[in-house]
Amino acid sequence: MSVRRFALALAAPVCAFTFSIGVSSLVLMAFGTNPIDAWSEMLSYGTRLETFVETGNRATPLYLAGIAVAIGFRMNLFNIGVEGQYVLAALLAASAGAAVDLPPVLHVALIIAVAMTVGSAFAGVAGYLKVSRGVHEVISTIMLNAVALAAVGFLLRNWLLDESDTTLNMMTPEIPASGQFPHLNSLVETFTREITRGRELWGFLLVAVFVGVLFHVFLNRTRAGFDLRATGLNPFAAEASGADPSTNIVRAMLLSGAVAGLIGLPEVLGDAHKYDLGFARGLGFTGIAVALVGRNHPGGIAIAALLFGWLDSSAPILDVVGDAPREIVSILQGVVVLSAVVAYEVVNRIRRVSEARDAAVVVRLPVETSTGNTE
Amino acid sequence: MELLRSSTVLRWMLAALGVVVVLSVLQELARPETIDLVSVGTAESTLRRAVPILLAGLGGIWAERAGVVNIGLEGMMVLGTWFGAWGALEFGPWWGIAIGVAGGAAGGLLHAVATVGFGVDHIVSGVAVNIVAPALARFLSGEVFSGRSGGGITQSPRVESVGQFDLPFLSGGELLGWGTPDLFGWTADQDWLLASDMAAVLSGITSSLSWATLLALSLVPVSVFILWRTPFGLQIRASGEHPVAADSLGVSVYRMKFTAVVVSGALAGFGGAFIAIEQTGVYREGQVQGRGFIGLATVIFGNWQPVGAFLGSLLFGFADALQLRDRTAVHALLLLAGVALAGLALRALLKRRHGSAVLLASSSAAVLWWYAVTDEVAGELPPITPHVVTLLVLVFATSRLRMPAANGLRYRRGQE
Repeated sequence: MSVRRFALALAAPVCAFTFSIGVSSLVLMAFGTNPIDAWSEMLSYGTRLETFVETGNRATPLYLAGIAVAIGFRMNLFNIGVEGQYVLAALLAASAGAAVDLPPVLHVALIIAVAMTVGSAFAGVAGYLKVSRGVHEVISTIMLNAVALAAVGFLLRNWLLDESDTTLNMMTPEIPASGQFPHLNSLVETFTREITRGRELWGFLLVAVFVGVLFHVFLNRTRAGFDLRATGLNPFAAEASGADPSTNIVRAMLLSGAVAGLIGLPEVLGDAHKYDLGFARGLGFTGIAVALVGRNHPGGIAIAALLFGWLDSSAPILDVVGDAPREIVSILQGVVVLSAVVAYEVVNRIRRVSEARDAAVVVRLPVETSTGNTE
Repeated sequence: MELLRSSTVLRWMLAALGVVVVLSVLQELARPETIDLVSVGTAESTLRRAVPILLAGLGGIWAERAGVVNIGLEGMMVLGTWFGAWGALEFGPWWGIAIGVAGGAAGGLLHAVATVGFGVDHIVSGVAVNIVAPALARFLSGEVFSGRSGGGITQSPRVESVGQFDLPFLSGGELLGWGTPDLFGWTADQDWLLASDMAAVLSGITSSLSWATLLALSLVPVSVFILWRTPFGLQIRASGEHPVAADSLGVSVYRMKFTAVVVSGALAGFGGAFIAIEQTGVYREGQVQGRGFIGLATVIFGNWQPVGAFLGSLLFGFADALQLRDRTAVHALLLLAGVALAGLALRALLKRRHGSAVLLASSSAAVLWWYAVTDEVAGELPPITPHVVTLLVLVFATSRLRMPAANGLRYRRGQE
């Protein structure tokens, strides 16, 4: 029984990934490229130590984004606004970090606190609108995304610009050394060889892991987490058991926004030490993809984030060798998302039907109907 | 059809006249002076920029009337821009529009297969479409446009537009080879109070009118007619209001939802193709710029009615046009907003709603103060007006909105 369950759970992502590889191979073949060459090129480039370091750096913000989205998803809230929340949070946190002078650990803690507060407050607006005026969070967060991005442009241009900078690249002042996050190269190098100079494994990876553990503990070991999950599964039953839906909606949005605030920090604290025009955008939307593929589960999101990060960091070799355009990886990722959600849905249905049948066998009653659409 | 009843037409014309009068009074009063609030160029640009938003909005209405939320509109528009530009490049502009429509419809089909066929959550599938579409467009650009002159991984070579015309007699268009007088243009050039401003707006709408714009505008009455005046439309709307009841009466709910979502994608694809072929004359990565989402906003703004979505798209097109042409004109609108808020405050006071009266009066004062102390608004403000207006509508007018009852709900035949 449990073996079958496990196999079912594993089958969906494996099928989805295989299907996506198949589709992208077909696309490559349609344009006269040999897919085997491209994939093997990526595999050999992608198994170098430097690519793994890069994978870690790319997976860290994706993981945080995935967790931020998943907190909402677990109670059927769609925080599409992660994008706006993290960009605004990164800008304000970077500016705050540059504006103060504090002892090392405190300085970083302040930047993190600012980022989480900003993200949380901005997501809270959507939560508040939902409970007080019944505005659907998908619409409000989409609209607030535009507001946040416009605010970022306005603030950066008018108030937060580094006056001493003479280049045309608009940026905030640099955060002093006390507000920078250490990298993990020495830790990695004790186990392996030396990493090529100029490449650093961002220390924020550890924070991301910590957030993942917290998410797991919160969901499965606390009352608030139980209420949150229960509200997602069946709001009426949850309310009857004493979980106030409004409180839970606002709480979930605040938590989701707080984690969203962290997404930009690996780059701000570990690498750029400022916010500038080249700051990575779009992580919020990729985070939705990562959460979907990872089934909103802390472990699953980690696998998805690593997969997406690895694909991103090993794709550039395709352009160098000239086997295939690297954009094939974006197609692969897109198809993974679409086929994964379909595969999960199908597996879910198979499981529901088989559970209904098993239950019917136990109580020795015929199956009347399938269990309906309680999801 | 209600839309064509003479009293309704008269009321709409009066409303439009009122808008022009208000704007031209505002243009006289505003300091620093502005000349672009009511002008030929602004009217023309408003219409041109409203079209893609309108098409996305109509797409949203088709899908949501059948009960399927389509936040994949954005991605379907991206497909429309790419396929539109490619088609225009290979076979000419009209083929470009047709192929853009087909590209968008393919995106709609994907969304329909996932949501209707497999029962995937509508938002989840829409997000997935929005992730797949730009990736596909980028990949295809690299394969097809790279290496052509002016083309590359992020943009196509320039493409031709479908052509435009001036209305004969009203805006000096040609008729059978004869040049006709340009009535509106001539009146607009005189310095007559109100009449010149009115003529300027009409001239902007009727001159250099793109054939594609005309086609897009005609889709408003066509959509109203199909959805509200035909058995097919009734079946589509029934599938969005109460699919179980519709099914019990013999409506093929799955087929209706499928059709509606594919049409929705096709309309979004038209919107995308319009951006690439008519607005910019080139496919460029990221040129949709969230217009799919703004289209979604007009669906709500227009209360799930095509005419409402059309008005919303005009409003948002106006904001878009002004921002590009003249920032002092946008600043003048602050005066209008301040006065309007003051009027609302007065109304609230008369209705003895003191709380909201105070709130409205103070925001009116704030806006007027903002108007008084500045000469120009920040460039970031106009592009987000659609989003802010939508939020305000949702916050303050929720009770007047009515979306299809089963919108966004998963439907499996035979399962209650």
